[in-house]
Amino acid sequence: MEDQANPSKVAEKVTKADYKVDQPVKWCAGCGSFAILSSVQSALAESGVRKEDVVFVSGIGCSSRFPYYINTYGFHGLHGRAAVIASGMKVANPNLDIWHITGDGDSMAIGGNHFIHLVRRNIDINVLLFNNKIYGLTKGQYSPTTPRGSVTKTSPDGTIENPFKPGELTMGAQGTFFARVVDTEPKRMKEVFLAASKHKGASVVEILQNCVIFNNRIHSEITGKDVRDDHQIFLKHGKPMIFGKNHDKGLVLEKSRLEVVTIGENGITEKDILVHDAHNPDDTTHYMLVRMTLPEYPVATGIIRSVSDTTYDKALQDQVKEAKENSKIKCMDDLLRQNSWIVK
Amino acid sequence: MSKIKPKVIEVDEIVVKFAGDSGDGMQLSGSQFSDTTAFTGNDLSTFPDFPSEIRAPQGTIAGVSGFQIHIGHKEVTTPGDQADVLVALNPAALKANIAWVKPGATIIVDIDYFDNKGYKKAGFVEDPLNDGSLLGYNVVKAPITSLSRASVRDLGLDIKSAERTRNEFALGILYWLFNKDLKYGEQYIDQRFKSKPVLAVANKKVLRAGYNYAETVEALRTTYQIHPIESRTGRFRNITGNIAAAWGLIAASEKSGRDLFLGSYPITPASEILQELSKRKSLGVKTFQAEDEIGGINSAIGAAFAGDLAATSTSGPGLSLKGEAIGLAVMTELPLVIINVQRAGPATGLPTKPEQSDLLQALYGRNGESPVVVLASSTPANCFFYAFQAAKIALEHMVPVIMLSDGYLANGAELWKVPEMSELPDIHPPMVEDNDEDYQPYGRNPETLARYWALPGQEGLRHRIGGLEKENITGLVSHGPLNHERMVKLREEKVQRVANYVPELELVGEDTGELLVIGWGGTYGALVSAVTDLQEEGKKISLAQFNYIKPLPRNTKKILESFKKIIVVEMNAGQFAFYLRALYQEFNFIQYNKVQGIPFMISELKEKFNQILEG
Repeated sequence: MEDQANPSKVAEKVTKADYKVDQPVKWCAGCGSFAILSSVQSALAESGVRKEDVVFVSGIGCSSRFPYYINTYGFHGLHGRAAVIASGMKVANPNLDIWHITGDGDSMAIGGNHFIHLVRRNIDINVLLFNNKIYGLTKGQYSPTTPRGSVTKTSPDGTIENPFKPGELTMGAQGTFFARVVDTEPKRMKEVFLAASKHKGASVVEILQNCVIFNNRIHSEITGKDVRDDHQIFLKHGKPMIFGKNHDKGLVLEKSRLEVVTIGENGITEKDILVHDAHNPDDTTHYMLVRMTLPEYPVATGIIRSVSDTTYDKALQDQVKEAKENSKIKCMDDLLRQNSWIVK
Repeated sequence: MSKIKPKVIEVDEIVVKFAGDSGDGMQLSGSQFSDTTAFTGNDLSTFPDFPSEIRAPQGTIAGVSGFQIHIGHKEVTTPGDQADVLVALNPAALKANIAWVKPGATIIVDIDYFDNKGYKKAGFVEDPLNDGSLLGYNVVKAPITSLSRASVRDLGLDIKSAERTRNEFALGILYWLFNKDLKYGEQYIDQRFKSKPVLAVANKKVLRAGYNYAETVEALRTTYQIHPIESRTGRFRNITGNIAAAWGLIAASEKSGRDLFLGSYPITPASEILQELSKRKSLGVKTFQAEDEIGGINSAIGAAFAGDLAATSTSGPGLSLKGEAIGLAVMTELPLVIINVQRAGPATGLPTKPEQSDLLQALYGRNGESPVVVLASSTPANCFFYAFQAAKIALEHMVPVIMLSDGYLANGAELWKVPEMSELPDIHPPMVEDNDEDYQPYGRNPETLARYWALPGQEGLRHRIGGLEKENITGLVSHGPLNHERMVKLREEKVQRVANYVPELELVGEDTGELLVIGWGGTYGALVSAVTDLQEEGKKISLAQFNYIKPLPRNTKKILESFKKIIVVEMNAGQFAFYLRALYQEFNFIQYNKVQGIPFMISELKEKFNQILEG
């Protein structure tokens, strides 16, 4: 949970500059990844984690070049496999603060299996999913999150596949943390990244990211300055689900489904509006929130779900500790001598 | 019936085969009998032979599960070509095994299962016990099922549980036949049924009933005594290849001071390695049962980056899936052990049957120039040493190492002289001190060419590595053409230099001669028996059994030069011969291959070698 800071992690003062590399960053000019990188660096400077304990692990794709652009320990893995590479690292050294950088192709297609299992195991890893709804590094083929009907290099007549929503997969895999942010709002990104870092367990942050070359303006209906207040609802735990330029729109539960209402119309007052409970173990409302799409609903951003549960890494550490305390086999010689006999 | 004092014959070795339905507890009977013979000081070698179906239709050939054990007063190296005693708990077990029984052997059948229905299911046209086909064998028709049931009648077991004790009845007959003390069997049963005391009592009763039955029945007037093996002292135990491999890794973990991490996915016949290691948390072992084979190896690569001794275990199809990740470990120059327990392929193939057909896959089955060290264990017990050695090489040379075992070694057991940890060599991974100003991610030890291993969490060593080509020394991403070629050569050279750190190959036999027999890995037992038999007959034949496949031992060429003829014997279509031909084009390699999912028989090897020697 976001309020569980670990005091043992407090170390010397670290600044954003400590996380910059002297090598050139090679994303396209105008790519959403620059803003994400900057927000991650800011979040790390504030997180209180020792800079040597931070590791960035990635798969393949534009976003996955990320580890080369941030001055921490870093591992650039294979297409789709970073989730398990990161899992192995966390099991080997649970003190590490591991960030798994991935994209919609990397985590939803070739690495889809590893993604759901990482979430299911609730390993304490921060997953930053750069969702630009297109394959960028391979130059413009559709991805598993590309909207149905989109014309791309491999769908000249429009895609005939239904897209995944990363939030739905996270809920389906019993995720304990899911947040969504847009790459145009650095302050909110930083805030959410910090919360993800502090969450004990698998934290999935979907970042709606623009691909300036192959899918420009894909999220502009959500992020555009003129529309964002009406088309986005930034959720905060304990706060009513209100949005809109004039703060007059809200969400209510009507016959087991969410509905958008206007405060002041039809006798609706602020008291009628749902209050966001990110900590509710029951994910029914969280599930409804991640599914909201335009034009019927605003797109939900912010921390949608954040609940506490045992992590895989902690549970394994506990089992190892218990075995070490209770087993008669304390060293390899003890094991070798088991069921043996001596011939003289 | 009056008791007849049996005649005791002293023998040097004997081969026993148990066979029944796959639900009959044949593997259990086999391990119980192995433990007893080992405790009584005999040398032994075992071979389980079971179908891949868990419970194929009862009474059919497809469902027959067997366990062969070779017991010796002298050293035994194989489970034996043919059985002196066959226990057949149903007609299908008889039909499936009769070809592998010596003429004149004793065949003990459960007569309760030998009825018309049983014959038909097994595919016999006539009653095999009465059609004359078993003339010349000593057939013991024992009412095993009915007597087993009768002896546990007072325990109130249900019929199924009562009948499931019948394997112990058959074992009781064997204990009597081989003059083995029942107490070892009883100890085994007590241990096995610790949590089910009633079943322990039942099985012990039936074991004794079988023993008593054998004592009284006229068909068994002769018993056999196999004296304990002489001139062997020390600590012993029985061990299978998979357990030995798992333990070799833990031993390397202790010696290197790095925790052991195994990322794996269950697959026949390698699963016992994962199972065994998951029980060893008290030794700091962490197992991660991944969602698939790819996840298994990638989690291990992550653990290696974080500083663990990282390993993955698999069998052929799994090795195929791991190929890309092995390449990542090659590129990132991380220590990684891949234990591949080979089975007959391709695709799903014959999952429970051994083969040596993953050799070229291990050597070359990846994209790019992707050299790794390849080792092969050659007996169940030395899976311990080669797993240890694989880990030592991986850690000290910062390189992935594939250890090839096979289904025959993995499930086979033999007597093992247990080492003390103090006898094993130390392991020194190339660690880096915190804040080492000279540290560069691809800086290398000039002797081994291993890069240094800086771990996340260490101060002053932050760095980034990955699957993209790196510039030597700095470790920066590089697309430079000359750098790439240089790195390709460096990675190969690093692997080749491992030869400077492993022993030369020792021949079985003279250093020169007429015929050099070359084998590798799991064929050792059959080859060494065949070759030493022929040596005793005065033939100029020697055996070179390779455990180090890549790099080959330093003296390989010298050995090849010292014989007039060379034959390469493998359980595949000729993969090691292909490899040797590529490296040593000046020699003529004759091939002898068997790809049947069953090991070589000593007799067929001797026949082939004699033919070459005479030709």
